[in-house]
Amino acid sequence: MMSVIIYIAVMAGVTYLVRMLPFTLFRKQIKSQFIRSVLYYLPYAVLAAMTFPGIFYSTGNTVTAAVGTLVALVLAYFDLPLIVVAIAAALSAFGVGFLV
Amino acid sequence: MRSDYLKGMYHGLPIGLGYLSVSFGFGITAVNAGLSVLEAVGISLTNLTSAGQVAGVAIIAAAGTLIEMIITQLVINIRYSLMAISLSQKVDGSFNTLQRLLVSFGITDEIYAVAIAQPNKISATYMKGLILTPMIGWVCGTLLGAVAGNLLPQMLTATMGIMLYGMFIAIILPPAKKQHSIILAIGLAVAINTLLYYCLPMINSGFAVVISALLSSVVTALFFPVKEGE
Repeated sequence: MMSVIIYIAVMAGVTYLVRMLPFTLFRKQIKSQFIRSVLYYLPYAVLAAMTFPGIFYSTGNTVTAAVGTLVALVLAYFDLPLIVVAIAAALSAFGVGFLV
Repeated sequence: MRSDYLKGMYHGLPIGLGYLSVSFGFGITAVNAGLSVLEAVGISLTNLTSAGQVAGVAIIAAAGTLIEMIITQLVINIRYSLMAISLSQKVDGSFNTLQRLLVSFGITDEIYAVAIAQPNKISATYMKGLILTPMIGWVCGTLLGAVAGNLLPQMLTATMGIMLYGMFIAIILPPAKKQHSIILAIGLAVAINTLLYYCLPMINSGFAVVISALLSSVVTALFFPVKEGE
């Protein structure tokens, strides 16, 4: 088993370079409309794939997780702040945990 | 100078409060995955990113390869490159190379969103303030979550694992309502990732996310190219 420190160093190094290199070196806009479009959609696709189906296994119980997911979807749909959506999802999953 | 710093810190306050609760969830996730409190805090202190950290912890827990770690971090965090390019055109003359090296560390979705929404050019001092408060929230929240993860009842800490996912939903859903091509990007990514998850479970979950996201973004970009100014 590799040392966790090495993993963390690699993780931090890559994450920093991804931010630092363009911010320090690039001063012009990317010309290719295709690449710009891919980069535009990428964050949404990444977060969506990270969330589903992972969210259903995030509480250790599929039913409480599904309720939390539903609450998060409804509150996010009505543009509630990130913190409210996150806490409400956890609280609702916790509350339903007493019933199932 | 000083007022710019305070203004940045003040603008960063709501972000910091949000991060405090979300990173609490990350701290719990990390400890549940077998990391120590120090390692969990170390990750938050050196990475300052939500999605990348969650994926990174999954790779550490699964004893994945460093190549996997590099590619996963690269693809998940590549959005920061786009934000960094966009932000580099918003900064004023106070940004020398050293300032750029420092400030680039703190480019996150929320910090970028606040910075880019400012009416005028932004100074390095302002950016440092804007990064400081969220960073304090992120690190303290991780520490609390990692420590309390061992103290709070298991049932409560387990349900808090959903918090980061809740935040992800809150980030992607509101823009998707306004722009329907984003719904396609989200739907494709979820469909591909779900398929990989159940049909090819041997693929590491962080890697599956990368494959799904890239495929989905490329297809969506082909059908709905983004025009200038969007």
